[in-house]
Amino acid sequence: MSQKTQEKLLEIMNLKKQYDDVETLKDISLDVHKGEVVVVLGPSGCGKSTLLRCLNGLEEIQGGQIKLNGEVINADKTKWHLIRQKIGMVFQSYDLFPHMSIIENILLGPTKAQGRDKTEVLAQAEKLLTRVGLLDKKDAYPRQLSGGQKQRVAIVRALCMNPEIMLFDEVTASLDPEMVREVLDVMLELAKQGMTMVIVTHEMAFAKAVADRIVFIDEGQIAEIAKPQDFFNAPTTERAKRFLNIFKFNEESER
Amino acid sequence: MQDLGINVIFEGSNLLRLLIGLWVTMRIAIVAIAISVVFGIAFGIVMTVKNTFVQIVARLYLEAVRIIPILVWLFLFYFGLTKVLHIHLGAEVVSVIVFSLWGIAEMGDIVRGAITSLPAHQRASGRALGLTDLQIYRYIIIPQAVRRLIPAAINLATRMIKTTSLVVLIGVVEVLKVGQQIIEVSILKTPSASFWVYACIFALYFIICYPISLWSKKLELKWQNQ
Repeated sequence: MSQKTQEKLLEIMNLKKQYDDVETLKDISLDVHKGEVVVVLGPSGCGKSTLLRCLNGLEEIQGGQIKLNGEVINADKTKWHLIRQKIGMVFQSYDLFPHMSIIENILLGPTKAQGRDKTEVLAQAEKLLTRVGLLDKKDAYPRQLSGGQKQRVAIVRALCMNPEIMLFDEVTASLDPEMVREVLDVMLELAKQGMTMVIVTHEMAFAKAVADRIVFIDEGQIAEIAKPQDFFNAPTTERAKRFLNIFKFNEESER
Repeated sequence: MQDLGINVIFEGSNLLRLLIGLWVTMRIAIVAIAISVVFGIAFGIVMTVKNTFVQIVARLYLEAVRIIPILVWLFLFYFGLTKVLHIHLGAEVVSVIVFSLWGIAEMGDIVRGAITSLPAHQRASGRALGLTDLQIYRYIIIPQAVRRLIPAAINLATRMIKTTSLVVLIGVVEVLKVGQQIIEVSILKTPSASFWVYACIFALYFIICYPISLWSKKLELKWQNQ
């Protein structure tokens, strides 16, 4: 899709994550280049969402390093809120703030966390809302929106911070099927514009279409990294084959 | 002429005296409620801290206030503290202290409940936007928690107003005490005085508490529609 540059934006080195005694992520090393779209796949419970949450400090890690633009970002816990301004994230749950209107939701981060000028942010927010077709909803409250609309707003809210990289954590997983497309389209559009993205999803067709690289995680480890056409047509590991077979079986049984 | 019992209210300065008594009641309640709201919110936030020691201390305080009757607290502070610490606190000051202690504990528990009932991803998405913990509380947690706790908090406030009638027993001359004084003076002349005086006090409490609960319903409705 987008042009991959050689410039490393995000570097993950030997990342380890433990909950009590359980090692959720064992030894993850991965580079994400500027403008690249990395899709993380894997069976549920494999640690892919946890990996995403580690990348912006929502989960503490027990070992390894994370670098953004060559700078280590996981060393100082008190600085995370500054790092997070550069790392946008959208969650599975509709995470808009219910007591704020759509536009207030979008303005909160840029004006309060980044201290930017309100009129400037407002102009940007309206432009972004127009792009996702929701400008007329700017004064509505989240509960007046459908799930798909809410997720599009959540994406706009993250984008309005002008992040260098966007993390998407199964953003379509709790949507009604007919609303999945509108959200994925927004993400495809972003990918075309060269946004660096790390996406966790269960939408295989979307993964194939949007990804520059597929990262397959199983049992807390990266089992396979491949170009999408290679991964889907000829996975090299047994575990990836098994994983993809589950989806094939689903497709057959749905017919 | 047949003496109508209700006249007892309007005789001399009786009504004015009742109102002054009511003012004493309200003064204690208002100060205690104000203190309870401010420190109760703080206490509620402290109770959400994941620290075993903090939680045990907070729990002990809350349970102590709940288990021991307010009247005992009043006696403890008014009679007990004076003897032990050799400080004399006025009855009204003691009342404010005891009602604040109660209010802070109950308000704290209400605030804790409201905060912990918020979905975890609200906080997570605030953090993902680069907000500091303080900003998350200021813009996300507190406004939503307030909306959730308003009904319970208003209920607590009216309960506090009503319960202030206990302070009679440590010698505060508030509306109930004034009522009793009026009854004692007029009971021979007007046998039905106690009925009318207490009916008047009933009405006064109603006039104070009813608008408060109406207001809370209005707030609830307003926030529901957002």
